[in-house]
Amino acid sequence: MSKPRIATCSLAGCFGCHMSVLDIDERLLELVDVVEFDKSPITDIKKFDGRCRIGLIEGGCANEENVAVLRAFRRHCDILVSLGDCATMGGIPALRNLVPIDECFREAYIDGPSTHNPAKIIPRDVELPLLLDKVRPAHEIVRIDYLLPGCPPSADAIWAAVTALLSDKPIDLPYQLIKYD
Amino acid sequence: MSDRFTITVDGREIPAAPGQTILAAAQASGIYIPRLCHMDGIEPVGACRVCTVRANGRVVAACTQPATASMVVQSQTDELVSWRRQLVEMLFVEGNHFCMFCEKSGSCELQGLAYRLGIAAPRYESIWPRREVDASHPDIILDRNRCILCGRCERTSRDLDGKHVFGFVGRGIHKRLAVNARARLADTGADVTDLAIGACPVGAILRKNRAYRTPVGDRPFDREPIGAPVETRAELTINGGPAS
Ligand code: SF4
Ligand code: SF4
Ligand code: FES
Repeated sequence: MSKPRIATCSLAGCFGCHMSVLDIDERLLELVDVVEFDKSPITDIKKFDGRCRIGLIEGGCANEENVAVLRAFRRHCDILVSLGDCATMGGIPALRNLVPIDECFREAYIDGPSTHNPAKIIPRDVELPLLLDKVRPAHEIVRIDYLLPGCPPSADAIWAAVTALLSDKPIDLPYQLIKYD
Repeated sequence: MSDRFTITVDGREIPAAPGQTILAAAQASGIYIPRLCHMDGIEPVGACRVCTVRANGRVVAACTQPATASMVVQSQTDELVSWRRQLVEMLFVEGNHFCMFCEKSGSCELQGLAYRLGIAAPRYESIWPRREVDASHPDIILDRNRCILCGRCERTSRDLDGKHVFGFVGRGIHKRLAVNARARLADTGADVTDLAIGACPVGAILRKNRAYRTPVGDRPFDREPIGAPVETRAELTINGGPAS
């Protein structure tokens, strides 16, 4: 039987959750024995190769590209796990939800203290993904099966969750592993 | 005390006294009923409803409802726990809570309750309100983004500090914490030693220059859920120690 496949992505996140995945240390070797990594920044595979058992979603959705990637994950993965506070609640990128979007653009491209933009141009190239009105947690865009909070979730929490999912057991995390920070 | 009687909470018979609230009676017997707007030592007002229980079938706030003889109280039922979860989730989405950099994280009662209730993330859409931060005071910061309008600061300032530093303006979704000055906390009589400053259950009122002193792992709710001390005290009592 072929090994179950895992895919991961970093949407509007900081890669901290991926660092925490790597932080499972030598257990990574155990993991690669039993799973195959598909599309993921860890493998640098850009396109899905096949049906995935688990998709780990880091980050919420800040722009249309995030939405497209997240929807592709939903299509290709049996189980989606929101990994970390950005995916589960919006996280740090959602700080911009407190500021109207044109103010965000002005601050980023014109008024920012380290910005040099004498022509005061706000880029509108079609190559640039359009920003959403608000940064949104993943479950506001697609159905998410499990939420694993934390900034980032600890390596132990990720390990416990992934191993439980791979063995068809319910995720039963001890109190100490659930954190919002 | 005269005329003591018993009530049952989730099937356990416990003593209570006339005038004692359900929450206080339960606590004295080591049963923790979740609460946010109530704090030992100040007058309960029943604002947050997190302590909601059924008493003889009726839905009441345990922090304000007096116990009566033979009252049958339910607290840990699926229905009530699910209501508490919803209330806590609503408090999260009504404010702007970024636990990952909040100074109160690990000792915050709102966060602690969310952990205890097993909330992975609020199910509701966030409102992302615009709220004011008042950093005018040299020793105290007031960040309304995290205020849950529990009124603990208001009551503590009024009743224990005798100062009336805090109050509320507006109603419903427009309700917000105000200070007793034209605008700024610095212009009130607030002092960093006021009991009101320590009364805030969340990171809305904080002492300056104290941030992140306790390492992650050693903070009050890192190891033990909120309410655990109430429950532990009960074990001491059962083993013959004094009830407090
Ligand atoms: S006040 Fe509590 S719930 Fe709000 S951000 Fe701070 S720690 Fe989190
Ligand atoms: S500032 Fe703190 S104590 Fe005062 S009402 Fe808000 S949450 Fe409650
Ligand atoms: S603790 Fe009873 S209503 Fe808030």
